[in-house]
Amino acid sequence: MSKPEKRHALSTRLWHWVNALSLGILFMSGLNISNAHPRLYWGHEGFAPGDEWLAVPRFPGWATIPDYYSLAGARDWHTVFAIVFAFSLLAFMIAAFLNRHMQRDIFARAREWRPSNIAVDIREHLKLNFDHGSGKYNILQKITYAGVILVLLPLMICTGIVMSPGGEAALPFLTDLFGGRQSARSIHFLAAWALFGFFLLHIALVLLSGPVGQLRAMITGGRAE
Amino acid sequence: MKRRNFIVAGAAAFLAGCSKIGKTDAFGAVVDTAESWNRGLHRALGFGRITMAPEFARSQISPFFRGNGTTEVAGEAYRASAAGGFADWRLAVDGLVAQPLSLSMDDIRALPQRTQITRHDCVEGWSAIGEWTGPQLSALLEMARPTDEARYIVFHCADTLGGAPYYESCDMDDAFHPQTIVAHLLNGEPLPERNGAPLRMRIERQLGYKHAKYLTRIEAVATLDGLYGGNGGYWEDRGYQWYAGI
Repeated sequence: MSKPEKRHALSTRLWHWVNALSLGILFMSGLNISNAHPRLYWGHEGFAPGDEWLAVPRFPGWATIPDYYSLAGARDWHTVFAIVFAFSLLAFMIAAFLNRHMQRDIFARAREWRPSNIAVDIREHLKLNFDHGSGKYNILQKITYAGVILVLLPLMICTGIVMSPGGEAALPFLTDLFGGRQSARSIHFLAAWALFGFFLLHIALVLLSGPVGQLRAMITGGRAE
Repeated sequence: MKRRNFIVAGAAAFLAGCSKIGKTDAFGAVVDTAESWNRGLHRALGFGRITMAPEFARSQISPFFRGNGTTEVAGEAYRASAAGGFADWRLAVDGLVAQPLSLSMDDIRALPQRTQITRHDCVEGWSAIGEWTGPQLSALLEMARPTDEARYIVFHCADTLGGAPYYESCDMDDAFHPQTIVAHLLNGEPLPERNGAPLRMRIERQLGYKHAKYLTRIEAVATLDGLYGGNGGYWEDRGYQWYAGI
């Protein structure tokens, strides 16, 4: 009657790869867009050299989409994959609540927040021992995945809407939430690099914890432990 | 092949592939679809109300309002009119309208005025806040009365950029939007030349390149095909999206 339990649900696997592609394209086309005005400001406005809190370095062609400077071309990629990214995230969130992946695996229980548990988890990670704890994910994984799925990714969407004059007109409270369009632009940039940091950590930990098995599980579903 | 070389080769192929895909017609069709989705979403998220760009307090006005694109107009007619303080400037309202108009600056100043302190967002990423004053475009259009065939409003300009005339266009939704005004004042003063003297459009729910400067003529049309490059705007003819609300 019941099928053998998979390690990753189909909805999770589909979203994982669609999201990986979308984030890659959004990040690299975003670097191209950054080159158009590589200064970041706080508040509502800002344009003059000297008013910026950060002068962003120019990103080289090998890191951008397209692989030459084109604001129009980069915006095409960015606005297409913004839609793919936002709606696939929404679909995944709905699926993950319905199949209880979110409540079971991503949300931490009260006892997992005990400092002793977190300390043990940090020690085990430093020993590169990833097979510990009873649940699917340990507390550090839960904090990281919840931080990415529930904070960083929605933050990218909301700050992106604030930067769109038409989107902002529809949802003006978002602008106030972030303290102005240029603040939202700065937060968009910082959160993008935080996601890049997550990407590096994620790849490193997959490589350290048996990359072939991990990859196979994220493609075929694998088997639940 | 070493694993690292494989990854580098894969990434390079991905990048080259993206750059190639970006130039295909099929990708162009996908971009056009996404553009209308974004436009539809921005309208739909208003849930029936007219969505408005945020307006600001006087204390938030940028001390200096940057000019971008054309900042000085070369044409002889423009220079002569500028020398006379634009006293002889005319704005035509024509095309698919029941009553074509030719308005002087005094005519425009005599219409009911709207003053709004809004943020100007350039496609490049910067923003500046200024106070704009002028009649609503809807007031001009109600006088000229566009016919049922009219679907777009085109803005013709006195300036050229890289040898080509500047122009822009918007749909009827933006044309009749309360914040869409024909501005002749910036921060209470006649527009400086870098900001579009004597008249410029404010289309506040879209990026800066939609806000045509040095306005000479407002034309109601049924289609954007056959006008200049056929894409509805100077920057649109150079690859930028026509809907600049994103």
